[in-house]
Amino acid sequence: MTDISQTPGAAPAAKPKGGSLFEKDARTKRRNAAEGRFKLYGIAAIGIGLLMLIILVTNIVTAGTGAFQQTFLELNVELKADKLDKKGDRNIEDIKKVSTFGYAPLIASALEAEVQKLGIQTDLKPKEMGKILSKSSQAQLRNYVIANPDEIGKTVSFRFLVNSRVDGYIKGRVTRESIANDKSITAAQLDFVDQLRDAGVLYKAFNPDFIFGSDASDQRPEAAGIGVSMLGSLFMMFVVLALALPIGVAASIYLEEFAPQNRLTDIIEVNISNLAAVPSIVFGILGLAVFINYMHLPTSAPLVGGLVLTLMTLPTIIISTRASLKAVPPSIRDAALGVGASKMQAVFHHVLPLAAPGILTGTIIGLAQALGETAPLLLIGMVGFIASNPPDGIVAGFLSPNSAMPAQIYEWSKRADPAFYERAWGGIIILLIFLVTMNTIAVILRRRFERRW
Amino acid sequence: MALSWLLLILLALAVIGFFTGRSRALASAGGDARELHSLPSYYGYNVALSALVPALGVLIVWLLAQPMIVNSTVSSLIPEQSIPEGSDRGLIMSEVRRVAVGLDGAVAAGAMTEAQAQDANSDIDQLTATLKDAGQVLTQEISQPILIAAQKYRSMTSTGSVAMQGIVLAVALLGAAFAYIRTHKEFRARNVVEQAVLALLLLAASIAILTTVGIVLSMFFETLNFFQLHSWKDFFFGSTWAPNFRGGSELSILPLLWGTLYISLIALLVAVPIGLFAAIYLSEYATGATRAVAKPLLEILAGIPTIVYGLFALLTVGPALVSMFGEGGALGVGWMASSNAVLTAGLVMGIMLIPFVSSLSDDIINAVPQSMRDGSLGLGATKSETVRQVVLPAALPGIVGAILLAASRAIGETMIVVMAAGAIAKFSGNPFEAMTTITTRIVSQLTGDTDFASPETLVAFALGLTLFIITLGLNIFALYIVRKYREQYE
Repeated sequence: MTDISQTPGAAPAAKPKGGSLFEKDARTKRRNAAEGRFKLYGIAAIGIGLLMLIILVTNIVTAGTGAFQQTFLELNVELKADKLDKKGDRNIEDIKKVSTFGYAPLIASALEAEVQKLGIQTDLKPKEMGKILSKSSQAQLRNYVIANPDEIGKTVSFRFLVNSRVDGYIKGRVTRESIANDKSITAAQLDFVDQLRDAGVLYKAFNPDFIFGSDASDQRPEAAGIGVSMLGSLFMMFVVLALALPIGVAASIYLEEFAPQNRLTDIIEVNISNLAAVPSIVFGILGLAVFINYMHLPTSAPLVGGLVLTLMTLPTIIISTRASLKAVPPSIRDAALGVGASKMQAVFHHVLPLAAPGILTGTIIGLAQALGETAPLLLIGMVGFIASNPPDGIVAGFLSPNSAMPAQIYEWSKRADPAFYERAWGGIIILLIFLVTMNTIAVILRRRFERRW
Repeated sequence: MALSWLLLILLALAVIGFFTGRSRALASAGGDARELHSLPSYYGYNVALSALVPALGVLIVWLLAQPMIVNSTVSSLIPEQSIPEGSDRGLIMSEVRRVAVGLDGAVAAGAMTEAQAQDANSDIDQLTATLKDAGQVLTQEISQPILIAAQKYRSMTSTGSVAMQGIVLAVALLGAAFAYIRTHKEFRARNVVEQAVLALLLLAASIAILTTVGIVLSMFFETLNFFQLHSWKDFFFGSTWAPNFRGGSELSILPLLWGTLYISLIALLVAVPIGLFAAIYLSEYATGATRAVAKPLLEILAGIPTIVYGLFALLTVGPALVSMFGEGGALGVGWMASSNAVLTAGLVMGIMLIPFVSSLSDDIINAVPQSMRDGSLGLGATKSETVRQVVLPAALPGIVGAILLAASRAIGETMIVVMAAGAIAKFSGNPFEAMTTITTRIVSQLTGDTDFASPETLVAFALGLTLFIITLGLNIFALYIVRKYREQYE
């Protein structure tokens, strides 16, 4: 005001305090800069989140794909009759008496013959040469002979796993520098491996045993596979599906369609929402105390794991089922009631079928969650042993000790030999493939059957 | 006869009951379904349910009660003086069970006759040898009282299971017969069946309560046992965590609680700013297309199993941090000795929690009425000023609730800390050191050979109960805040 009264005619010439709308003053600039910065923070936050996702996925893929490939050595082994079947009558009991130890000389001489045939110059003794092979190769040979006793006396071509250090060398994980203090392999053996590789008998190939095979002991990371624990997970998922789906749907129908407004209903509702947020390890404690310690169900059994995971998944399934029941418009119920159906008939004959796709989607998502859960499985003993034999039969599948995919991955991550880390990442790839598939099916189901009323 | 056979027979009874009940109803109406009160199948369901439900109820109660009764009877048979020094009744009882199972196995394998197995005066050494030959697992030398107890255990268990089968089948038949006799065209079968189904639905809904009760009770009683063996003052107010399986352990929760809270704090320091800014951007700035892509991608982070994060922390983030802050690392500071550290676990847990914070905050920011934004923008505020001075204050209670929920997730998280936090319990402010948490200690005290009579094992239940109460309290408080906030704008 004072400005204007002092210099009335010079208003356009002197800079007015408000400034021109076409020209930004310092304060506006500051505010706009703050606006820009604020927006940038948001973009950066999302960027960091997505960057983490990308790093995680790249890391999994680069570290894990190696597990699907393994280095093999191809050898022609002469199954000498005088070593394997001294009596010569091909009696299977006599053949079984030859331990895996007895097969070592066969492999050693096969390797020696191969070296001579290829003309490889090496100072290694045959025993040293044999050490590049996996400790499982003798058992592999023995199993073959017991399965095909008629082959004794012939020369058969085999593909043996090489030991994890050699495999690591071929994959670039193990270098000549890193083995300086390693007792299980020498630089001379690596030279020998190089020669074999140049000759084409030692090569990297796809290893189906990683996906379908069983776990192996600490000494033989190259032979470990995730197949048996995959079966364990499968049996657990059967239990979860068979219990969580009917119980979850029944509970949701009660709460959504029949429950009166009373204290009991309130308590149930509060309980369900709280159970959804209880740490998973607490469910493991419950399983240990109730199912194993009190009910004496077998430790480490997929049945117990399934029961624990059922209790964990129930809230998820109940919440999604209630949402899909709620989405069915009341007009459907009214119409059914109007033509004389009872309330129960209206729900079971009309509402439930219409809500089925939503229920299915929720169930699949719940199952996927249960499949990846690890912590409760640690407490009920699904780790700490070697899941070496696939269960024989369906009952044994539920009751005999087994591991599960995430528990197996955890087990590998704890072992000393870094070759197991590669397996752990590979296991994660398989686990994630399952999860992605299940979630994709859920999304497709939702898209395909979702109805807008 | 195994349990599965009993269940199959019950199922068969129910199916037969369904058809006979249905046809009896039709017959009572002279074959004309219009004469019946309910549809014919309801009469069938009535008979089937009457056969199945009471019988299954008896079966479940029996299966739960029998071990308790057998255990207490057999346990009272073992005289006090026959329990060796350093052992206790629980261990002896498990030995008794093992011998009983061994006898069963030996009889089944044909290594001994039923009479030999029941002979109370048999020669112990010879029996042990026979059992071992038959491939049965025995850990201790069998003693006379154990053998007698095991034989009693066997006989009670077998009598019990025979009685159970008889009674369950009788209940099933009686139920079916009762319903069958009542089946008549005037009988209101639909109402009865619907009442029964409603009761079953209620039962299913009550499993949630049962689970909670199970969780609380299972931990509560073991916690009581723990406090009888170990002073509660040391547990709550001690300063050292040093379990020692030879006795004389110091088991205090405080160092574990410190580790848990410290790691959770770092996780929240990562997750809250990133999650909150992501939520603000997604709800206030992003176009529909960006939102449709970025939101599900971020939520993938929430769907990844925790074992993956654990491995990521153990094998990738930990070594990366060591190569930066460790001895001879890129920064040359030498602060970090091993990849197991509070920082490793906290950072990775923070990544895991980003989508948790962002989706919850996104919902809450979206619930702020548009009119408040319009008012602020109309007065000339920029978008960011609107967010900071109008939207966020309005959404604050809800966001606090979301952060509390994330905190409860962080406190209860297991796999990441088990794999990346380390095992040393101490009070320290250095984020580059290894520290341990409540969940880690629960896992380590309860895996492997557990002896439910030692305080070192039982402490896990006390830790579990504390964890349960902390997370439950946080959740209830957070949900209360969120709900209160929603009501404000609805």
